[in-house]
Amino acid sequence: MPAHHPSEALLLDYAAGDLREPAGLVVATHLALCPECRRHVGLLEAVGGALLETLPVEDLPADASTRGAAALLARAAATDGAAVGASPPPRFDAETCRLVPEPLRSHLGVNLKDIAWRKVARGLDTHELAAAANGFRTRLLRIGPGAAIPRHGHGGSESVLVLDGGFSDEHGHYARGDLALSDAETVHRPVADPDGDCLCLIVVEGGVRFAGALGRLLNLFARY
Amino acid sequence: MLADAESLRTDRERRFVDLIARVARDRDRDAFAALFGHFTPRVKAYLMRLGADDGSADELAQEVMLTVWRRADAFDPTLAGVGTWIFTIARNKRIDRVRRERRPELDPDDPALTPDPPAGADRTVEAAEAGGRLRRAIATLPAEQRELLVMAFFEDKSHRAIAATTRLPLGTVKSRIRLALGRLRSSLEEA
Repeated sequence: MPAHHPSEALLLDYAAGDLREPAGLVVATHLALCPECRRHVGLLEAVGGALLETLPVEDLPADASTRGAAALLARAAATDGAAVGASPPPRFDAETCRLVPEPLRSHLGVNLKDIAWRKVARGLDTHELAAAANGFRTRLLRIGPGAAIPRHGHGGSESVLVLDGGFSDEHGHYARGDLALSDAETVHRPVADPDGDCLCLIVVEGGVRFAGALGRLLNLFARY
Repeated sequence: MLADAESLRTDRERRFVDLIARVARDRDRDAFAALFGHFTPRVKAYLMRLGADDGSADELAQEVMLTVWRRADAFDPTLAGVGTWIFTIARNKRIDRVRRERRPELDPDDPALTPDPPAGADRTVEAAEAGGRLRRAIATLPAEQRELLVMAFFEDKSHRAIAATTRLPLGTVKSRIRLALGRLRSSLEEA
């Protein structure tokens, strides 16, 4: 069971449909790994359902309902059969299925072993994911055993969801399903656990800023 | 009596569950018409609150109801009430259509999903009853807390955007949301 969760405010944003796609992807993938947050979101969606009933509108009169429903079903029947032929969902290998839950798996679209990783630094590889929304970068991050990401701050918000392995920073230890949230005030130096690769989904809004002399160099060269 | 009003609402919600079951099982068009008459105006009003014009709200509301017709067999009354299920369909369709984004949704049948713990004796009340209780609890929230929920659900405003619009500190927005949700949650746990 994960120990680090999205805030209630973030879960509310997700349930209400207020998150852009990259942030929604992080929350939904956490939900797949966290029954407790799934229950929270279930409650929040019930709040949405209850609010729907508070809107000041009347039911349609019975004859209008009957006519409206019949017209809709007639139109639908006319277009039924036209919509088939969507491509079958891709098949994933066992490791990808085990480590990458939906909706991230479909979003990734390939097996983990077939990812063309881009090496950023020793022990640090990234893979860019497509996710609509300006101002966000959505990536998978693979950190080698014991490798450290230099101390850095953030231009905006950063969400890191651990999919495999784990890492530690000044604020705690993060394992599969845990969500590490940073904002503009957070500065940290994540270090991967020594016993294997750490695989994460990371969404950054507004970029990162490395600290220190090495960091200034990284700011120039690394599109971390 | 409050209790009577509540049991009336619960009865109505059970009737919706029955109507969905008839649509799923028998493709019952009269049952669908009853759902259509109740929910189409509400879904349309929801979409208009979120900025859709009359024509596109109408069109999208029809699409939502068509999904109800086509996917009625996917409705699970042990998980959510009918109004809640239809709310999630409307929310997702709106994101797909208006924002041209995919709504990231988990797949409850995914083998990678961490399963729910076995339901204990404290399992919350029946979904049909929960809707009525929630509506009453929302109505009795302090205005400042209810307003935040309404902004989140009906104005497409994240908690950060709410903080910016209301000029409230982000921490205040978060703590009001936490208070509001605590009250709503405990309304479902009362015997």
